[in-house]
Amino acid sequence: MTSASLADTATPDAPNYHDNLIKLFVIASVFWGVAGFIAGDYIAWQLAFPSLNLDLEWTTFGRLRPLHTSAVIFAFGGNILLGTSFYIVQRTSRAPLFGGAGLGTFIFWGYQAFIVLAATGYLMGISQGKEYAEPEWYVDLWLTIVWVAYLVAFAGTLIKRKEPHIYVANWFFLAFILTIAMLHIVNNLAVPVSVTSAKSYIVWSGVQDAMTQWWYGHNAVGFFLTAGFLGMMYYFVPKQAERPVYSYRLSVIHFWAISFLYIWAGPHHLHYTALPDWVQTLGMTFSIMLWMPSWGGMINGLMTLSGAWHKLRTDPILRFMIASVGFYGMSTFEGPLMSIKVVNSLSHYTDWTIGHVHSGALGWNAFISFGAIYYLVPKLWKRERLYSLKLVNMHFWIATIGIVLYITSMWVSGIMQGLMWRAYDSLGFLQYSFIETVEAMKPYYIIRATGGLLFLSGALIMVYNLYKTAKGDLRDEAPIGGLNTTPAAAE
Amino acid sequence: MQALLERNVVLLAIAVLITVSIGGIVQLIPLYTMESTIEKVDGVRPYSPLEQLGRNIYVREGCYLCHSQMIRPFRDEVERYGHYSLAAESMYDHPFQWGSKRTGPDLARVGGKYSNAWHTAHMINPRAVVPESIMPGYPFLAERELYTTDIAAHMEALRTVGVPYTDDQIANALADLHAQANPDVVDPEEMQARYPKAVAGVFDGDPKRITEMDALIAYLQVLGTMVDTKSYQLGPDGR
Repeated sequence: MTSASLADTATPDAPNYHDNLIKLFVIASVFWGVAGFIAGDYIAWQLAFPSLNLDLEWTTFGRLRPLHTSAVIFAFGGNILLGTSFYIVQRTSRAPLFGGAGLGTFIFWGYQAFIVLAATGYLMGISQGKEYAEPEWYVDLWLTIVWVAYLVAFAGTLIKRKEPHIYVANWFFLAFILTIAMLHIVNNLAVPVSVTSAKSYIVWSGVQDAMTQWWYGHNAVGFFLTAGFLGMMYYFVPKQAERPVYSYRLSVIHFWAISFLYIWAGPHHLHYTALPDWVQTLGMTFSIMLWMPSWGGMINGLMTLSGAWHKLRTDPILRFMIASVGFYGMSTFEGPLMSIKVVNSLSHYTDWTIGHVHSGALGWNAFISFGAIYYLVPKLWKRERLYSLKLVNMHFWIATIGIVLYITSMWVSGIMQGLMWRAYDSLGFLQYSFIETVEAMKPYYIIRATGGLLFLSGALIMVYNLYKTAKGDLRDEAPIGGLNTTPAAAE
Repeated sequence: MQALLERNVVLLAIAVLITVSIGGIVQLIPLYTMESTIEKVDGVRPYSPLEQLGRNIYVREGCYLCHSQMIRPFRDEVERYGHYSLAAESMYDHPFQWGSKRTGPDLARVGGKYSNAWHTAHMINPRAVVPESIMPGYPFLAERELYTTDIAAHMEALRTVGVPYTDDQIANALADLHAQANPDVVDPEEMQARYPKAVAGVFDGDPKRITEMDALIAYLQVLGTMVDTKSYQLGPDGR
């Protein structure tokens, strides 16, 4: 079924898809991506050189950090998720977008308004103080309206589909949309001080708020950054590799397993806290179980290249996609490891967590997005090909080196800081004061920020390449992997 | 089953919703219904108006992104920060501020550890008192008067979400706020009757006005000091 529906999308008598909308989402995603990378790298330098905080309220780490996380997750990631889901659902359903250009345009501008409202609020100090859920009540309400419109457009297109089956990518997108709606509403329930006040008080408190927050927070990872992006993987990897999805059966199993298991994993953010032990243990157990369906997804993505591995030599776009699936596998192995209580006792509160998040966010989310964007732009702007594959290749390697610098420096600084906190001297006193552990981080903060700078540089190369592509320019260059583009023999 | 679900959007959506709901139901609902979730201890009270507004500044500035307020029950943490944190200590915290990262030290029991003058100097320029610090400076807090006009509305909203403020506390909110920040002008005795053991003082060293610095330091100084840890009894299961 999978290969059939993919092949069908190429038929010339395809319905009139709303592709101008997808263009807008791609542009927005690239724009917010660069903005989010700049914000992230700036705050990375702040940790090495605190004078960069400028002692102004709008530029302190505390206000810029939510700006960075929201810009990359909800603006860069969100726009590419909305854009690709609309691209994919139209083609795999062979139906134009439900609600047409009108509803689509509302969703696009409504979502951008959400981003701008949230971001300007952060800079002005409007935050409800919950990680990855910082926007205040009025922004949350607005997002709820836009999100319902998104669900209507997406599910409506599926209902109007001309294919008998719903393609696997769309299962993941549907789970992403529904679960994010549930998490968003419950976690953000709040009572405003007054209708004219930006400030509200969250209805949950203390230990219950902590559990609700990480039920939300971990599943923002599980459904926004995993299920949604797996939906992208299930369309673009087979398309770019020109091979069907490796295993339909595996996709069914890991879809339901991920949907069921992920929700339980939140308490691993609260190990050894005042959260009751039974919840912590439950969270750890399910986090470890989650390793298996995560790798099911990775295997399904990687093995889609069966018989097409040679394409990695000549196709840097596919290289982005496959590297991203590799990073997905790596971070979904590291995650369960860090959820084990004894490991967590060392890693929690340290940079190890930050490194882990970024191996997933930069390696998996950003790389699969870059792959999808490189795939989409020539098609959407009706160009023969990208301006330059050499530049794609350059982007790939610069970004990869950036990620490696980032995650290795955070492993070292995180584990080192965790060990320094618990070190005792021969007389039985704590060996290090807290500030000594801060001082020891400095070289790693510089290395990390340098890695971030490389990652940002790669993205700027992409912007140039996409701009030239949209303009219609073609760079005269030799194909990647030498002149011999036909593989000698399939191994 | 799968053959049916992948042909019907509505059934697929319902199946997904059921699948993703179970974990949350099992982990969240008992936390609200089981009495053992929050220990019975003495001393924890709602924040005074000044402390609550200070807490709002703590939230506004994103302090939780670098400072935790959750001491874990490990030897090194208890020696470094004090008695490990109890659930009861954050029962009036909307939202909780346990944090997830210690770029700076834990603050769950920072109250009373440093003088008001130290905090003021540290907030204005952290490197003036801790040369190696990487914390941003917050000089603007000392220059901005605290916005107190809608303090009663804040307390009403908090009461709606479960903080047991009395009518008396809400009616006297502004007076209590002034008494805590300016004890030389307003006698803090009544305020301290409503908020036992609340520490009054000219927190930022400037008695002429109540600044955001006053409120933030009042909040920092109460952190971890309310609970009477001697009243905390381990349950039969060791908790």
